Amino acid sequence: MLKIEDLQVRLGEKEILTHIDLEIGPGETHILFGPNGSGKTSLLMTIMGYSQYEVVSGKIFFKGKDITHAPIDERARMGIGMSYQRPPTINGLKTRQMVNLCAGGEIDGETLAKRVNFEEFLDRDVNAGFSGGEIKRSELLQLMAQKADLMLFDEPESGVDMENISLVGNTIAELLEKHPQPSRDRSKMQAKANRTKMGLIITHTGYILDYLPADKGQVLYNGKLSCVSNPRDILNCVGDSGYKECVRCISMNSFS
Amino acid sequence: MYIDEQFQLKAKEAMDKEGAIGPDVDLSAFDPAPLPHREMADEDLVNLPEEERTQLLMAGLDVTEKERGGTFLQMNHRAVHCHSSQEGIEVLSIQKALEEHDWIRDYYWKLADVGTDKYTAAAQLGLHDGYVIRSLPGRKSVYPIQACLYMHEDGMQQNVHNIIVAEEDSELHIISGCATSPHLKRGLHVGISEFFVKKNAKITFTMIHNWAEEVVVRPRSVARVEEGGLFVNNYVSMKPVRSIQMYPTTHLVGKDAVARFYSIVVGSPGSEYDLGGRIILKEKGNRAEIVARTISNGAKIIARGHLVGEVPDIKAHLECKGLLLNGGVIHAIPELEGHADGVEMSHEAAVGKIAQEEISYLMSRGLNEEEATSTIVRGFLSVDIPGLPPQLQAEIDRAIEESDKDVM
Ligand SMILES: Nc1ncnc2c1ncn2[C@@H]1O[C@H](COP(=O)(O)OP(=O)(O)O)[C@@H](O)[C@H]1O
Ligand SMILES: [Mg+2]
Repeated sequence: MLKIEDLQVRLGEKEILTHIDLEIGPGETHILFGPNGSGKTSLLMTIMGYSQYEVVSGKIFFKGKDITHAPIDERARMGIGMSYQRPPTINGLKTRQMVNLCAGGEIDGETLAKRVNFEEFLDRDVNAGFSGGEIKRSELLQLMAQKADLMLFDEPESGVDMENISLVGNTIAELLEKHPQPSRDRSKMQAKANRTKMGLIITHTGYILDYLPADKGQVLYNGKLSCVSNPRDILNCVGDSGYKECVRCISMNSFS
Repeated sequence: MYIDEQFQLKAKEAMDKEGAIGPDVDLSAFDPAPLPHREMADEDLVNLPEEERTQLLMAGLDVTEKERGGTFLQMNHRAVHCHSSQEGIEVLSIQKALEEHDWIRDYYWKLADVGTDKYTAAAQLGLHDGYVIRSLPGRKSVYPIQACLYMHEDGMQQNVHNIIVAEEDSELHIISGCATSPHLKRGLHVGISEFFVKKNAKITFTMIHNWAEEVVVRPRSVARVEEGGLFVNNYVSMKPVRSIQMYPTTHLVGKDAVARFYSIVVGSPGSEYDLGGRIILKEKGNRAEIVARTISNGAKIIARGHLVGEVPDIKAHLECKGLLLNGGVIHAIPELEGHADGVEMSHEAAVGKIAQEEISYLMSRGLNEEEATSTIVRGFLSVDIPGLPPQLQAEIDRAIEESDKDVM
C-alpha cells in the first residue's frame, strides 16, 4: 500500500505540491487528472524519489515503510516502478540490455517486446530518436520486465496512435492485473480480491478508462489534490465546464 | 640505393626538428641500441609467462591464434614471429622485405614524409623493425591478422615502420596492438605506418594501445585510398601512458573512396593525449566520418579532427564527445574545411559530465548509483563500427570491459 500524508514539496524556490494526502490500497488503481503545470509529474517523481523534488514536510509510506527520504534505487527494489513521459536517451545502451537490467538478469526480451509490438526496437539505443508513442511502448516494456508492485504512469497514452492505443491500454491493464483469469478454483470475484498490483495513472484524455476499470479519480489543482470521485464523472465534468469549475463543483458536492 | 641516400639525407636534416604539435620529447633520454631477441616459434609464444601473455592479449594478440589469420610479433627491436595462415595474405618483417623484395620500394616512405620531424627521422636513421602486411588482388582475409609491437626493456626506444597494402578488390583486417612488459616503466615508441588501399579494396585496422605510465608514443601514419576503396581505422587506448601525440592522415584519391575513423580513449591522471584524425576528400563521391569518444579521469586530452573537402559531392561528418568523470581536461578541436561549392560537411562536439537524469532513470529501474554510472559510461564508449569483423568488435568490447574496473 502507498500512503502519502500531508506532503509538501518544493522544486527549487517554488512550492509545487501543497498538502497532498493519498492512499492507494493493494489492487487499487487511481487516475490523476489536472491541468498542465498543476504538479502531476512532480507528484510521481516525488513518489519515485527524485531528490530535486524536496519534501519540505509530510511523509510517504510504502508497504508500511517510511520511504520519504529513501533513494530512488531503494524504492525501485521495494517495488515502485514508473513509466515516464519524457525519459532521457541512454546512448550506447541497447533497449534489449535495458530490459535485462530492469529484470535484474537475462530474460527473453523478444517475447516480452512482442507484446507491445516493439521487437524491432530491441537493438536500438534506449529512447534514441523514439517517437512519442514508441517511448510509451518502450516504457511499458521496461515495466513488464521490472515487475513492480506500484506502477506510476505519466500520460501513458499521449502521442500513441489509434492502432497502438488499445495495445497500450491492454498492457497497462495486464500489468495491473485487471484481467484476472477466473479458474476452476478461483472465481472472478476472488481473483479480483487477490489482486495486489497498484497503479497511479496520469491522463488528460481518459482513453485509458476504456481498457481498465479504475477505483478512484483525483484532480490535482494548484498543487493540491482537490477532489476524489469516480474517474468517469471527473472526466465528464472537466469536459463540460473545465478544471476550475469542476474542482469547485465536485468539492462542494463532496461536502454536501 | 640512391633513393635510400635521399631518405638518409632528409632524415639527418630533420633529426632535431620538433613535432608540429604535442610536447617535445628528448630522444637522448631513451636507449635505441638494438637489443637482441631470439626467434619465437608457435610453442614459444604459448609458453610465454602468463603475465606477458596477458599483456599481449590486452593488446589484441592471442598466442593461441584462435580465429586469427596470421601473426606478427616484434619483441623490442626485432620481429620474432611472423606468419600467415591465409593464402594470398602476406605477413613479413620490414627488415626482411627491404632486403629481399623490390616491390617494397613502391611503398616505403611514399606517403609519410621522412623529413616531417625528429620522429620520422629516427625511424629512418635507426629503424629497428616493423611489419609489412599485404593482401594480393582479390584475396579476402577471413580472419584478422594480429600484429603486436612489444617493449620489454625499461628505458628503451623502439623505432618501427609498418606498411599495409590491400591490392585491388582485396580485403584485409588487422588488429595491431602495442604493449609493454609489466616490468617496463619508461620507454619511447616511434611508429611509422603507411596504408595503401587500392581500387575497390578494403582495410579495417584496429589499434589497441596498452602502454605503461611513463611511456612516450609518437606514431606517424598516412593512408591513401583509391577508387571505391574503404579504410576503417579504429583506435582504442584505455591504459595510462605518459604522452601520446598522433594525427593520422588519410587521402581519398579515387572516386567513391571512403574513410572512417573511430577512437575510444580513457585517460588516467598524469597521462597526456593529443589525438586527431585528418581526412582529405579529393574526389567525387568521397565519404568520411570521424568519431571520437574520450573520457578523462584526470588526464589531459586534446581531441582533434580535421576534414578537408576539396571537391563538390562529398560528404563528411565529425563527432567528438568527451566525458569528464574525475577532473582533467578535454579539449575538442573539430575543424571543417570546404574548398568547393556543394561539399556537405558537419560536426558535433560535446564535452561534459554524465547527466544526473540518466543516472536517476537507471536507478529507478533498480540499479544502484555505481551500476548506473558504469552502464552509462560503457554505453558512451560503445560505438557501432560498420564493417568490422565480429572478432575485432569483441576485442574492442573486451578492452572497454577491462577498463571499466579502472574507470570506476
Ligand atoms: N525543472 C523545472 N524547473 C522549474 N520549474 C519546473 C521544472 N519542472 C517543472 N516545473 C514547474 O513545476 C510545475 C509543475 O510541473 P509538472 O509537475 O510537470 O506539472 P504537470 O505534470 O501537472 O503538467 C509547473 O509550473 C512547471 O513549470
Ligand atoms: Mg506532466
